[in-house]
Amino acid sequence: MLELNDVVKRFDDNEVLSGVSLQLHRHEVVCLIGASGSGKSTLLRCSNMLEDIDAGSITLFGQGLEDRRIDPNLVRRHVALVFQSFNLFPHLSVLDNILLGPVYAMKRKRADVRDEALALLDRIGLRDRANDFPDRLSGGQQQRVAIVRSLAMQPSLLLLDEVTSALDPTLVGEVLDLLRDLAASGTTMLIATHEMNFAKDVSHQVAYLDKGVLVEKGTPEQIFNSPQHEATRIFLERVR
Amino acid sequence: MSLDTDASSSDAPNLFGSRRSRLFVGRRGLAASSISTVLLVGAIVLILFVAPGGAVFRYYFFNLHDMRIAWDGHASQGISALSRSLFTNVWMFLVSEVLVLFFGLTIAWTRISRTPVLFPVRMLVTVYTDVFRGVPLLIVVYLVGDGLPALRLGFISNQSPSIYGVVALTLTYSAYVSEVLRAGINSVPHGQLLAARSLGLSPTSTMRRVVLPQAVRTVIPPLLNDFVSLQKDTALVSVLGVIEIANAGQISASTLFNGSGLVAAALFFLALTIPMTRLTDHLIERDRSRRLAGS
Repeated sequence: MLELNDVVKRFDDNEVLSGVSLQLHRHEVVCLIGASGSGKSTLLRCSNMLEDIDAGSITLFGQGLEDRRIDPNLVRRHVALVFQSFNLFPHLSVLDNILLGPVYAMKRKRADVRDEALALLDRIGLRDRANDFPDRLSGGQQQRVAIVRSLAMQPSLLLLDEVTSALDPTLVGEVLDLLRDLAASGTTMLIATHEMNFAKDVSHQVAYLDKGVLVEKGTPEQIFNSPQHEATRIFLERVR
Repeated sequence: MSLDTDASSSDAPNLFGSRRSRLFVGRRGLAASSISTVLLVGAIVLILFVAPGGAVFRYYFFNLHDMRIAWDGHASQGISALSRSLFTNVWMFLVSEVLVLFFGLTIAWTRISRTPVLFPVRMLVTVYTDVFRGVPLLIVVYLVGDGLPALRLGFISNQSPSIYGVVALTLTYSAYVSEVLRAGINSVPHGQLLAARSLGLSPTSTMRRVVLPQAVRTVIPPLLNDFVSLQKDTALVSVLGVIEIANAGQISASTLFNGSGLVAAALFFLALTIPMTRLTDHLIERDRSRRLAGS
């Protein structure tokens, strides 16, 4: 579904990704682990064209994103990105936050999407907060709304950028439960995370990034129980 | 040294400051504010009565009889009625405000966009804002009002002075307002933009649905400031010979040898701006409480 080949990304002189290759198949959950600044976020942002890449190639559904005829807005509609800082729209109610994408990007009728949006809110137990503004919700509730806001676009692939890192420890659980739920129902996800136990449980593949290099990739058992590289071993030791 | 100092021990810190504002809370606060208001207003009024020229001042500026004549007009004495000339101000600022919002937004948008094709336009509007924010409006009014007719360009040169006034006001205030809007747009966190783009919204929809609604909320107070200022500056168009309300007040003052018509014109401007300011404050407060209150 998504294929990165030797992707290089630089910000001025700073090389953030130095030739990263990665494949993601339908219904697969891949977790990206690594220290802050290792390039996890950049990799996700390149994958939905929020950032342009400097070398290498990204292929989505067999179509190379370097082709000038590719419409980034269509790519982003199919590849949703959820942020560490939620980024809910503060001037819109919870329901309107969810409706914005379907109504203005997909040009669907508001009345048609409304029921779907309410069903999504039901799924995260926040249906009664539909008319509240984001300021009124806790961090965990805001992040869950941000996730269903992305789901309302019916994306083929969900990218999650350290979605629990800005949360109070007591609120992390509810967000991870939602992600587990999504994984169980077959949602394809690429997840940058610092939650090692979660990564161990939920992912089919785990990839370790270090300073823009994908050091190693394997099943959770391989990575967590018998890492092949010294760098991976040291990193896991530190976060444990 | 022990940290658990209690009140009885000699090295307990003194928490009694010199601030007295906490003495005035609740009912005592209300009494305090009433008394200070009465004293302040009383002092101002008193000056008008005890000043050596107080009586003359009151007669010259607050003479209800002459105010009435100025308001109704007096054809045989050549006094234009304030009550009619005020419509000149009203239509000039209403049209200008709509145009200013449109051009201000267009300019702000152009300056923020990064489209390569727009590079020369961006340079042009940057020069435009620099120039028109820097030149006094009075001079712009003269340049437009006397300059455009001098060009003898048919339609462009054959307009009435009040139209040239609207053009001058729009030119100057679009420059101000574009900067206010640009600041507002830049104040919207970058994450909002990323989130909107990640939902597949086009740049235009992102601007319209996510960035502008937040930007405008932030800049309503300075925007209102500029609009109040614009309303008052319609008076400057009088230099082109337009009989708007301040000019009519001035005519009545020089005919009747009494400035009460000018005060009547001033009251008209106050009657416009004060309700507008209160209404905006109310709207801002309502929006804020709606966002912070539960459903």
